Amino acid sequence: MFSVLTRLFHALATMAAMALIAFSLLHLLGDPVENMAGQEVSVEDKERLREAFGLNASVPERFASFVLALVQGDLGRSLQYRRPIADLFAERVPATVELVLVAAIVSIVVGTLLGVWAAAKPDNFLSRLVLTGSVVGVSLPTFATGTLLIYLFAVAVPIFPAFGRGETVDIWGWQTGLLTRSGLMALVLPGATLGLFQLGIVLRLMRAEMLDVLRANFVLFARARGLPERSVVLVHALRSAMLPVVTVAGINLAGLVAYSLITETVFQWPGLGLLFIDAVQFADVPLLAAYMVFVAFVFVTINLAVDLAYRFIDPRIRAGQTMQPG
Amino acid sequence: MKKRLSAALLALALAAAGAAPAQAETFRWAFQSNVGGLDSMSTGDSSTRNFLRNIYDGLTRFGPDLAVEPALAESWTRKSDTLWTFKLRPNVVFHDGAAFTADDVVFSYTRAMSGASDVKPRLATVKGMRKTGPLEIEIETVGPSPTLLNDLTYMDVFSADWATKNNAAEPIAASTRGENFASRNANGTGPFKVVKFDVATGVELLPHDKWWGKKEHGITRAIFTPISNDSTRVAALLSGQVDMVFPLPEQDAARVRASSNHQVLTTPEDRVIFLGMDQGRDELLYSNIKGKNPFKDQRVRLAVMQAIDTDLIREKVMRGAAFKVGALMTSAAFGWDKSMDERPPYDVNAAKKLLADAGYPNGFTVTLDCPTDRYTNDQQICVAIVGMLAQIGVKVDLLAQTRNLYFAKIGKRDTSFYLHGWGVGTDGQSIMQLLMHTPGQGIGSWNVGNYSNARVDSLIKEIGAEMDEKKRLALFKEAFDIHRAEVGVIPVHGQMLTWAVSKKVTLRQRADDYLDLRYVTFAR
Repeated sequence: MFSVLTRLFHALATMAAMALIAFSLLHLLGDPVENMAGQEVSVEDKERLREAFGLNASVPERFASFVLALVQGDLGRSLQYRRPIADLFAERVPATVELVLVAAIVSIVVGTLLGVWAAAKPDNFLSRLVLTGSVVGVSLPTFATGTLLIYLFAVAVPIFPAFGRGETVDIWGWQTGLLTRSGLMALVLPGATLGLFQLGIVLRLMRAEMLDVLRANFVLFARARGLPERSVVLVHALRSAMLPVVTVAGINLAGLVAYSLITETVFQWPGLGLLFIDAVQFADVPLLAAYMVFVAFVFVTINLAVDLAYRFIDPRIRAGQTMQPG
Repeated sequence: MKKRLSAALLALALAAAGAAPAQAETFRWAFQSNVGGLDSMSTGDSSTRNFLRNIYDGLTRFGPDLAVEPALAESWTRKSDTLWTFKLRPNVVFHDGAAFTADDVVFSYTRAMSGASDVKPRLATVKGMRKTGPLEIEIETVGPSPTLLNDLTYMDVFSADWATKNNAAEPIAASTRGENFASRNANGTGPFKVVKFDVATGVELLPHDKWWGKKEHGITRAIFTPISNDSTRVAALLSGQVDMVFPLPEQDAARVRASSNHQVLTTPEDRVIFLGMDQGRDELLYSNIKGKNPFKDQRVRLAVMQAIDTDLIREKVMRGAAFKVGALMTSAAFGWDKSMDERPPYDVNAAKKLLADAGYPNGFTVTLDCPTDRYTNDQQICVAIVGMLAQIGVKVDLLAQTRNLYFAKIGKRDTSFYLHGWGVGTDGQSIMQLLMHTPGQGIGSWNVGNYSNARVDSLIKEIGAEMDEKKRLALFKEAFDIHRAEVGVIPVHGQMLTWAVSKKVTLRQRADDYLDLRYVTFAR
């Protein structure tokens, strides 16, 4: 119980620190008023606009009012769209969540399977090829992968759309692209772009862990006991090897939310990342600060979830023991 | 071959006769930024305002060649220099089916002049509007206003009933920091009506069946998408997902030209890129010269101008996507004269001599403010200028930063030397008032360098009140002759607009970067 409270405190402190950092940096983005009003608008009218939006207040004052509103559950109002940020987030979250989840699930499932296979058959030509290919996935920057995929599969061989989300269906206010053909087609390229990096990491990590575990004593015993090889690898060894992979995949899931920024820009994917990039260009400080706090919240939540997941996967942790480095 | 030719001729003849039947055609296009909202009176963004011209009409509008033509006003007469009567077009209906009347015009004027309106400055010369009949209004101007018909194109006409009923009688007030019904819904009299609007994914339009004008386009549905990433925008075009994209970045133009299904369209934009110099202060804020201001000396300004090889900048930095200018004026605007494109020759030796005569044989140091994301290749232009000025001993420290920082800085006149750009529009008067007039209350607000000449000021005043076109043109010429001779600013070039279009469609490109859907047709 105590540890949960500590964790909660840490989470709040992290988010507060993020908001502070955001506010102390964001004024460097410059003056949004030039974007809010046309060039012909008089200096006096611009000054009025600045006053109305509280842009003349000092950074500490603006930070204080931001936090005060946040505590009351108000994320504030965007300068660019002049709408409540909470509404904007609610509209954009589905696109990002679907993209990130598809990328995460595909990369974890495919990455794990390929990793196990590569470890079980280390001398196979194909498994070596896959391993080499994963280096490319890990080292290519996301925008390069995205641009490359667009030119290969949208322009040269036009199978998938080059941009956008396709048709969406409204389910209780959640705009999903998972239920239409065009929505699913539109997910392929950005999902692959975003997932490729994660896939490479999961694959390599899984393989390394598996190679380790397959040499462990309990595997020898299991084999000596005459358990079928399939069950040794996929049940006993895999479960032990999963732990570090879950940690990294969990942290990377939060990373995916952050990386989706680039993927969304490349594919004009109407999610939070695109909202953020537009806001940077506009110097829409309240929106940027709210986004950064939101992302901090996502990181904190996922880390918490990863901690809890340990207890299910590794019995030693459930029993309250400290984890020994493998 | 012969058969094909005659078939083509037949098609041409049919098209010319307007006999080609309209087919179900969806037109899709993409622009680099989104449509921020549907209320043209509360957006400072010219691309959004341009988009909305497809949906709303003004009393007057611009034709494809930027000449003013009648729109909701069918005709007008001038009773005196300051009193105009406008006959309104009968049988015009809004998208919601309501009939258009004089009340809507007067209402829209009130709306345009209220609190947070962004069109207010455009209507500065209008003193008042009143209804004189169900389809007739009278406009009184502050003084004689030669640009009235021009200015009225900016005033979109809203339905008084619709706006009032939906609590959108005022464009959103800055004080409430909010939005209103008209920000995300539209009801104009224009050729297209909005069926779906989303800031992130775009806007879907259908033709307005009861539009008052003669339909020339072949569109049955039009879909706009913002695509901010340059390379994705081009990919969307090449893959056939959209029929037209703009702007087309110069580095991608070759790829579009190489495609047999697409073409590149270019036209001079009405925007002039220029260098401004602080000529007001007694000492420059950012220079090694203390106690005096080199830019106050006309010889120094001319030296700097003659040391910059703008031909080379147009050719190398702009890769040809720029045209020569000699003043804050382009040929698209009223008031232009071909003498305004002439400039003193590029001549390093002459420049050195001018500098020496002015007392700076070894040059001086000055900081150049430059935006990095506002004009085409803005930063590269500045880098080129730094190198060129080094040849005459003027050492330039380049301060290149993002537009939000840049505009905040030069807006406060916190600069000695800056690269700036301005869209001249369709009449030279507004750029003169904003950039050439001595700064004062509500005037000269973008004359950041504090250029000041009493004769130019009085000429600008006369231009704003001269109703005779010939006389007005002569006033323009005199004012620009002085401004050019005194090197009030150093014009660098005019920008070209580059669009990329599928060969499936034909359309007209306009100097103000406005895609007019009225002229989009499909090839058979």
